[in-house]
Amino acid sequence: MSGGDLREIRSSDDVVRVRQEVRARAQALGFSLVDQTKIVTAASELARNALDYGGGGTVRLTELRNGGRSGLRLEFEDQGPGIADVEQALRDGFTTGRGLGLGLGGARRLSNEFELVSQPGRGTRVTITRWK
Amino acid sequence: MNRIPILRLGQALLVTIQVDMHDELALALEEDLTQKIWATGARGVLIDISALEVVDSFIGRMLHAIASVSRVLDAETVVVGMRPAVAITLVELGLELPGIRTALDVERGMALLRRRDDAEAEGDVERR
Ligand SMILES: Nc1ncnc2c1ncn2[C@@H]1O[C@H](COP(=O)(O)OP(=O)(O)OP(=O)(O)O)[C@@H](O)[C@H]1O
Ligand SMILES: [Mg+2]
Repeated sequence: MSGGDLREIRSSDDVVRVRQEVRARAQALGFSLVDQTKIVTAASELARNALDYGGGGTVRLTELRNGGRSGLRLEFEDQGPGIADVEQALRDGFTTGRGLGLGLGGARRLSNEFELVSQPGRGTRVTITRWK
Repeated sequence: MNRIPILRLGQALLVTIQVDMHDELALALEEDLTQKIWATGARGVLIDISALEVVDSFIGRMLHAIASVSRVLDAETVVVGMRPAVAITLVELGLELPGIRTALDVERGMALLRRRDDAEAEGDVERR
């Protein structure tokens, strides 16, 4: 998909910057404080995953205006090892690192729309959307 | 590297988290706290997160680790000042912070720790 603004995720400073930008945009779109917090938290999880497991990646931020509806779409992409068993990765408590295994499942619950596409050996793309 | 200050507050230690945490900072805090509990014999650790607008699984893992180490050293961890929007989000994220007490603010967190100490003292008297 094209459009939107692309940001790099190469360091934990970038993760902080992504959080800040998602916050600013959600605010500008008129999201409630709770909704802002939800999408920022989901973004934080996915940015960190892209960094920790994907070896770094990008996020594309797109503001959506659909009739009277507004929303924010975030596409996280990396060219890392990918996820062989997506269902397992989404399960709460599953981790191959030192985590709690909550990031992916949590990000799905915190979003209105969630899509995970991964090809082992090629990379991972997670797209989330939250509507106002 | 800068570190997060740990303040002594009576029988407890107070940590105020104000910055976006990085891995190194989180690990340093864990270490510093462990050392300080051991050195001071503190009975409780208050972690003030009122400045945090986001608590994700990374921060959750850090709180977990601190609580576990503290428990081993016989100190109880109380997380204070969580913002309402953060609390709502945490539930949906699935982060339940098991074994960690929470309080609305530092004062109430201190009261909670005092009650625990009093209850234990009473238990000691009864056992005698
Ligand atoms: N972008 C990615 N590339 C490759 N593997 C991934 C990616 N994102 C997640 N995974 C895999 O899915 C597992 C689960 O991810 P999830 O974010 O749910 O938990 P975690 O990162 O292990 O822990 P937490 O997010 O709670 O700190 C990870 O341990 C990792 O094996
Ligand atoms: Mg994760």
